[in-house]
Amino acid sequence: MAEHHLKTPLTDADIEKLKSGDVVLLTGTIYTGRDAAHKRLVDSLDKGEALPFDLKGALIYYVGPSPAPPGRPIGSAGPTTSYRMDTYAPRLHDLGLKGTIGKGKRSQEVKDAMARNKAAYFGATGGAGALLSQRIKAAKVIAYDDLGPEAIRELTVEDFPLLVINDCHGGELYAKPDLEAALG
Amino acid sequence: MRTIPAQTVIDKVAAMCIEANRELPEDILKKFKDSQAAETSPAAKEIFRQLIENAALSRESGLPLCQDCGLAVFFVEMGEDVRVEGKGLREAINEGMVKGYKEGYLRKSSCDPFARTNTGDNSPAIIHFDIVPGDQLKISMMAKGGGSENMSRVMMFPPAAGWKGLREFIINRVAEAGPNPCPPILLGIGIGGNFELAAINSKKALLREVDDVHPDPEIAKLEKELLADVNKLGIGPMGLGGQSTCLGVKILVAPCHLASLPLAVNVQCHSARHKEVVL
Repeated sequence: MAEHHLKTPLTDADIEKLKSGDVVLLTGTIYTGRDAAHKRLVDSLDKGEALPFDLKGALIYYVGPSPAPPGRPIGSAGPTTSYRMDTYAPRLHDLGLKGTIGKGKRSQEVKDAMARNKAAYFGATGGAGALLSQRIKAAKVIAYDDLGPEAIRELTVEDFPLLVINDCHGGELYAKPDLEAALG
Repeated sequence: MRTIPAQTVIDKVAAMCIEANRELPEDILKKFKDSQAAETSPAAKEIFRQLIENAALSRESGLPLCQDCGLAVFFVEMGEDVRVEGKGLREAINEGMVKGYKEGYLRKSSCDPFARTNTGDNSPAIIHFDIVPGDQLKISMMAKGGGSENMSRVMMFPPAAGWKGLREFIINRVAEAGPNPCPPILLGIGIGGNFELAAINSKKALLREVDDVHPDPEIAKLEKELLADVNKLGIGPMGLGGQSTCLGVKILVAPCHLASLPLAVNVQCHSARHKEVVL
């Protein structure tokens, strides 16, 4: 399993070389977004409005950080469960979104959208929010401030540690549960 | 009749909310270390390394263990010979929770179910009251995240299903949840009671220490066997494969209706945050 140092925005070439199981250390700008923000993004698209950030080559991190204590750019900031954004993700991938960061399984529709758009799904370690926040150097709310933890934030990350869960070639990292062994 | 000032309850609850979110219980941390040593997969070992480092960092820096500081759930045992003075107990607990979540820089995750607008202060706390003999007030607090809660289920079985049916349902539930609830998980299992009691008991069961043994040897045996079987699924830490899918199975049993066999499965993520205080 390879280790890659990637910088945002991501290109087709960046994505094509990734295989599920690879480690990625990501540096650059990413955007936070979870349930309520995704609904607003898609509502904006429906109305033909501009989005608060450029989707081309972008990555969305499914996270609702805890409040920043004094002297820190952000509070704890680990991933939330990704499947809840599955209804929105294909449309965003079709518009240029290159990657999403979260935890847990994705739908076949999302995997298909990643294959057709050369995009990838990255896992960050759930429940390690204090640790992950150390790799976030700056954070500012750029949209939907009223959503509080669910507002869209622009994050500046340095060597943010990720695992490729789904690559654009159909690869999948998650272990298939051995039901036969467990049920006996 | 013993009295406790409401302000004492408020301050204790505020402190316990902050501590629960910053200090992983020692029994869970020890379990991480034991599981890390037992795992053979490098990916699983690495996840445990990160979780142990995260716990140390949280304790030292004051950043919460997880950004999802949860809905605040309380189990309260109120002695019959004690009363809280100055405010209602429910109001005092909620006020303490709001204070703790604000002062501890904890995330507020409570929202309107339709409009999805954040209530802004994590209120209302979810509080389960019980009246018990004595003059003490015992408050247990859990910071329960949404990711694992979403993977939980209640199922009303017919009596004919028996333990075989319950066991299959639980194993299938864990398999289906897979990496979503942040494994390694803990399983709180409520068996019997009725629709709501099974659910409450499944959560209450999670207040037990991870390695304690159920006082009823029959139930202890079921817990042990189910834990071993669930771990044969091989989901592993964060779903990356391994022997540690589940750290502990905790069952709480109550009598039920002749017609029913209620089951509730409350899935708890590895960040099993809870705290207890006796006043």
